[in-house]
Amino acid sequence: MRKSRMVAVVLGAAALTTLTQCFTEKQNEGLRVYQANCASCHMDDGSGLRGVIPPLANSDYLVKYRKQLPCLVRRGLNGEITVNGISYNKPMPASPKLRDDEIANLLNYLQTNFGNKNERYTMQEVTEYLQYCPRR
Amino acid sequence: MKRNNLATRTLFPALGLVATLLLSGCSANQEKTLPILGERQVVERQVNGKTVEDTVYLTIPNFAFVDQDSQQVTNQTFANKIYVTDFFFTTCPSICPKMKTQMLRVYDKFKDNPNVLLLSHTIDPQHDTVAVLKDFSERLGVSSDKWHFVTGEKDSIYAIAEKYLVPVKEEKGAEGGFIHGGHFMLIDGERRIRGVYDGTDAAAVDQLLNDIPVLLKEEQHEKK
Repeated sequence: MRKSRMVAVVLGAAALTTLTQCFTEKQNEGLRVYQANCASCHMDDGSGLRGVIPPLANSDYLVKYRKQLPCLVRRGLNGEITVNGISYNKPMPASPKLRDDEIANLLNYLQTNFGNKNERYTMQEVTEYLQYCPRR
Repeated sequence: MKRNNLATRTLFPALGLVATLLLSGCSANQEKTLPILGERQVVERQVNGKTVEDTVYLTIPNFAFVDQDSQQVTNQTFANKIYVTDFFFTTCPSICPKMKTQMLRVYDKFKDNPNVLLLSHTIDPQHDTVAVLKDFSERLGVSSDKWHFVTGEKDSIYAIAEKYLVPVKEEKGAEGGFIHGGHFMLIDGERRIRGVYDGTDAAAVDQLLNDIPVLLKEEQHEKK
C-alpha cells in the first residue's frame, strides 16, 4: 500500500516536471519566434523605432486589433496605422513560413510581455482567425 | 636644525609624492585622445633645407550630396565640426531600425551642441528620394540642421562608403536587396576617422557617446 502510494507520488512529480518543462519551452518558443522574426525592427524590448516603427510595448493596438493580429503576422501590413495616438506608415513584411502554433506562441508572448497584460489566445482561436485571413 | 631635518625627511617627500600624483593625473587626462584610423603614409618634406618626415592620414575626400531639405551637403557643411556618419536605407528590414534607434541616442545627447552633426547616407537612392528621406526624418522627429539624411548618385555614395571603410553592396539575395556594414564612424574636423562603432550594439554606442566629448576637447585645444 505504502509502496504504491510512493510510486504514485513519484509518477505525479515526474508528470508535473514534464508538463512544467513543456510550458516553459512554449514560453521560450514565443520569445524565440519574436527574436528571429520581429526584434530587428521592433527591438528586443518592443519599443520600435520612434515615429517609424510602432511599439509593441504598452501598445493599444494589441488590444484593439486582437482578432486581426494572427493574419497581420502571416500576411504583413501595408498602409497607415495608428498606435498609441501616433500614425505610422511603413510596410511590415509578411511571415508566411510561421506555423499556426508559432504565431499563437508569438502573440501570447507579445500580449503578456513588454508591459502588456492582455488576454492570451488559445490555439483554437488563432487557427480560427487564420482561416479567415483577408485575401490579397 | 632638527625641525628642518624633519621637514626634509618627511614633508618634502610627501609633497613630492603629491606633486607626482597630481602631474601624472594631469598628463593621464591630456593623453586621453582617440586614435586616427585608416591607412597612413609617411612622406618626406623639405623644411628650410632639412628633410622632415610627415605622416599623412586617410582623409574623407570631397563629396556633394542632397539632404532631406533638398539642400546640398558637402565637406563644407562639416567644416570645424565633428560628425557621426552611417549608411542605411529606409526599407531595410534587418539592422537599420536598430542603427537608427542607436543614432537617435547620439542625436538626443548632442542635439544642443552645434559642433556635433550627424550624416546618414542612403544606399538605395532609387527608392530613398529626397521626399522619402524627408518623411523618414520628420517621423523620427529630428532637425534637418543637425541630422542630414542624404541621397545622390549611387556610385558616389558607394565610393564614399569605401572611404569611410564601410562595406556596402547591392545583392539580390540579401534581406531588402543590399548588404552593408552597420557601423557608425566618428569623423574629426580634419576629415579623419577617429572611431568605428557597431551601430546595432548599445554598448558600442555608449563608447561613442563617451568618445565624442574627448574629440570635442581635442578640437578645442587645436583651435586655440
